[in-house]
Amino acid sequence: MAEKTITIKVLRYNPEQDQAPVFQAYQVPFSDDMSVLQALLFIKDELDETLSFRWSCRMAICGSCGMMINGNPKLSCKTFLRDIYPETVRVEALNHFPIERDLVVVMDDFIDKLERIQPYIIPAAPRSLAQGEYLQTPAQLEKYEQFSSCINCLLCYAACPQYGLNPEFIGPGALALLHRYNADSRDGASAQRMELVAAEEGVFNCTAVGYCSEVCPKHVDPANAVNQNKTTAAGNYFMSFLKPRGTSK
Amino acid sequence: MSKRRPYVRPMAGWWRKNPFFIEYMIHEGTALFVAAYALVLLAGLVCLALGEAAWNGWLGAMKHPLVILFHLVTLAMIAYHSWTWFKIMPKTMPPVVIGGKRLSAAMITGGGLAAVALASLLALGLFWGMTR
Ligand code: SF4
Ligand code: FES
Repeated sequence: MAEKTITIKVLRYNPEQDQAPVFQAYQVPFSDDMSVLQALLFIKDELDETLSFRWSCRMAICGSCGMMINGNPKLSCKTFLRDIYPETVRVEALNHFPIERDLVVVMDDFIDKLERIQPYIIPAAPRSLAQGEYLQTPAQLEKYEQFSSCINCLLCYAACPQYGLNPEFIGPGALALLHRYNADSRDGASAQRMELVAAEEGVFNCTAVGYCSEVCPKHVDPANAVNQNKTTAAGNYFMSFLKPRGTSK
Repeated sequence: MSKRRPYVRPMAGWWRKNPFFIEYMIHEGTALFVAAYALVLLAGLVCLALGEAAWNGWLGAMKHPLVILFHLVTLAMIAYHSWTWFKIMPKTMPPVVIGGKRLSAAMITGGGLAAVALASLLALGLFWGMTR
């Protein structure tokens, strides 16, 4: 019996030669347990070593292998050929990011945003070693735990048309992480971060499309973080009228 | 010299490329019917304030077959709008914890839809009682 194969169409772009990206098709042996990432590795090892893409863990942990698979943002290591076969697999670089080469995107913009949200605990008062560790109740942990599962895979950015239309928008993933630190009982910097939440590039760019939460491979529900913060930012705004002048912050 | 030349893809027609975005656009579009119907009711209120002749004129206009058709279309649009609105509602609110357990998304959506159904039935019942 002839070996089963599957067609993989990859959007290629070589900045040294191409004016614009073009699709190139490859025939790859099909087996039930193969992921799209494995198919790409097969292409790179056996058919065309010039194909560029990012990957590392092969187990949905590192967040490097995000790409558009048949039009939807997916982790290629967590997407299986058997769920697409016998259709053609169409693979493109993540939407809404500039293409560096083939499936590799330029993610400088996201890294910059990640820095701006200060993704680390900033304690209200420094704590000495002698005071020991912070204690947290299960209820306090629950407030932020889901948002701490983010692996920076950028699938939510590729799912967000508002980010595509206006790249100034801080966007779902970074705002979910911002919320993760603000919701942590050990942190004391939420007033600083709320300035970014309420800013021009903040949460009010979101029109509740909600696709970011659908595509998130870690069930972070970034749309929920963004929309909770709309309420908080609006609340702060109205409360600021109730405070005597000059005492805000 | 750098060989880098990042390629930026255009956004034109973005909402046609994914069924999720098409549903989103229809959801946003049906909001226009909600607004249009509010204007119809507002016009009725203005006519009521202007006196009996104007009010009867508005009532007469409401019986025109085209206006009845408009009502049916608007009803369908508003029903779709409510359905998709309550579907995204769980994503827009802080977690609701009842008895130490977090309320599921399905419960929130279901609760919202039940509230709409109940309010509609109440309004219908009231109206029925008033016109009998
Ligand atoms: S929120 Fe989810 S989809 Fe977005 S970067 Fe984090 S893990 Fe990826
Ligand atoms: S290779 Fe690490 S998430 Fe896919």
